[in-house]
Amino acid sequence: MSWDKLIPLILDGLLDTLYMTIPSTALSYLIGMPLGILLVISSKEGIRPMPVFQSILGMTINFLRSIPFIILLVLLFPVTRAVMGKAIGTIPIIFPLVISAFPYVARMVEGAIREVDLGVIEAAQSMGSTDWQVIRKVMIPEALPSLLNGAAICMVTILGYTAMASAAGGGGLGALAITKGLNVGKFDIMYSASLTLVAMVQVMTLLGNQISRKTDHRIK
Amino acid sequence: MSGQVLIEVNSLKKVFSDAENRVIALNDINLKVLEGEIYGIVGMSGAGKSTLIRCINRLDTPNEGQILYRGKDILLMDRNELLRTRRKMGMIFQQFNLFMQRTIAENVRYPLEIAGVPRKKADQHVLELLEIVGLTDKANAYPVQLSGGQRQRVGIARALASEPDVLLCDEATSALDPMTTQSILDLLQDINRRLGITILLITHEMAVIRQICHRVAILDGGNVVEEGSVDEVFRNTKSEAGKRLFGVLPEQSSEDPGVPSLRIIFDGASAEKPVISKLSQETGVFVNILSANMNHLQGKMYGQMIIQKPDLEDENKAVIDYLLAQGLTVKEVNKL
Repeated sequence: MSWDKLIPLILDGLLDTLYMTIPSTALSYLIGMPLGILLVISSKEGIRPMPVFQSILGMTINFLRSIPFIILLVLLFPVTRAVMGKAIGTIPIIFPLVISAFPYVARMVEGAIREVDLGVIEAAQSMGSTDWQVIRKVMIPEALPSLLNGAAICMVTILGYTAMASAAGGGGLGALAITKGLNVGKFDIMYSASLTLVAMVQVMTLLGNQISRKTDHRIK
Repeated sequence: MSGQVLIEVNSLKKVFSDAENRVIALNDINLKVLEGEIYGIVGMSGAGKSTLIRCINRLDTPNEGQILYRGKDILLMDRNELLRTRRKMGMIFQQFNLFMQRTIAENVRYPLEIAGVPRKKADQHVLELLEIVGLTDKANAYPVQLSGGQRQRVGIARALASEPDVLLCDEATSALDPMTTQSILDLLQDINRRLGITILLITHEMAVIRQICHRVAILDGGNVVEEGSVDEVFRNTKSEAGKRLFGVLPEQSSEDPGVPSLRIIFDGASAEKPVISKLSQETGVFVNILSANMNHLQGKMYGQMIIQKPDLEDENKAVIDYLLAQGLTVKEVNKL
């Protein structure tokens, strides 16, 4: 296939991939971030210990995380149709992507927040901070570099999931590589779509690391 | 010193327990901290002092007892009242516990932010605080760029931001070298004198108590085993734990007999005289110094020295008589 035909095809796929990845990541954080914080503060050594609630939440998240995305995608068809209007297509797939990614995000956020020195949190409490002030003014800012690193990893993971979107009739580079490349023997399409995905992962990881390091004042 | 009771602890008990273990950290603690004083709590590690100071502002919740702050029981306060009271009690820590992602100025500003002080007024106050601790030039640095002593100064400035009545110091100098310790102790003393802020500190170092505290409680096994003015407790140590903290054993110790020694206490009375040289000169007895822990404070000598007890009884008597004549306190002890 000639470049002038291939390039618009790839660009189209790239845009579709971004359409799926970025809103999915944002929505996953909208749900996963509070849950991740909740996991930390409700733990035994947290600022609001609720051990029973914490273990139920933890188990639910583990359960959701253990379902492979491709299975979840199929299982969720009826729900997706009810929520998004239809079950198939680039936009509707955001729903299963979010459902699949938010538990992952929650664990990622939990890990980052847990890194914050307990002594620092205690200092904030000794100064008369409310729990909300501890979360907003201490936990999140102190964990920011790790949170940003985690966000880059989550985004890459979601990007990987979008490649399976072809199974639900979604678009994007993954679908392009499979349906218009592999399945019909057009290996140039398959390779260029795949290489574009690889490049996207590299850029996201690099950018994530860079921003994370810029915000990290713990190193000299 | 106005002498009013600021903090009163009554029959405080704290037990840590899980499925297998039950550890009594605090057994039955009673003490009173007076307004304007520097009150020291000293004990070996494991004596329960950290738990005690953390109970004072309810970072830890005791099982039984009362903690009265200006007559109000902290343990019975609701959430809002507790938060308000905590703002009246600054706290500094062994590991400083600074916000690593905030600049020095932002660290010091934190207590003002959470109290809703307007930004301009807060920034002004932060500058004053940084001046008190001598760190105006570091306002925009991050904690990682500072030395340990400087970090503790930031901790102190931050603790002072909410204009507290009392400063709780949790082993505030234990992570610092001797010189830095000295400068932090001087700063604390200065704050106590100039700003009239009461200081409650815990430490395992008797030297810290000696240098800046007015009164002291010795904590051992979750109990206060000795309490009183620092001079009194130091000169006339009664408790086993107190003696251990001074590095000596009581005379009739069954286990390790130790080395028969004399403990000489310098409490500022005998100024610059080279006591030991003079002692040898005048009595003709050469003494063996086993340990010495002395500090110069405002031109006076504070601390203690332990010398080996002379073997001959009349030599021993001559030495003791000489030292007593110099106005020093001498005790026969067994060195560990």
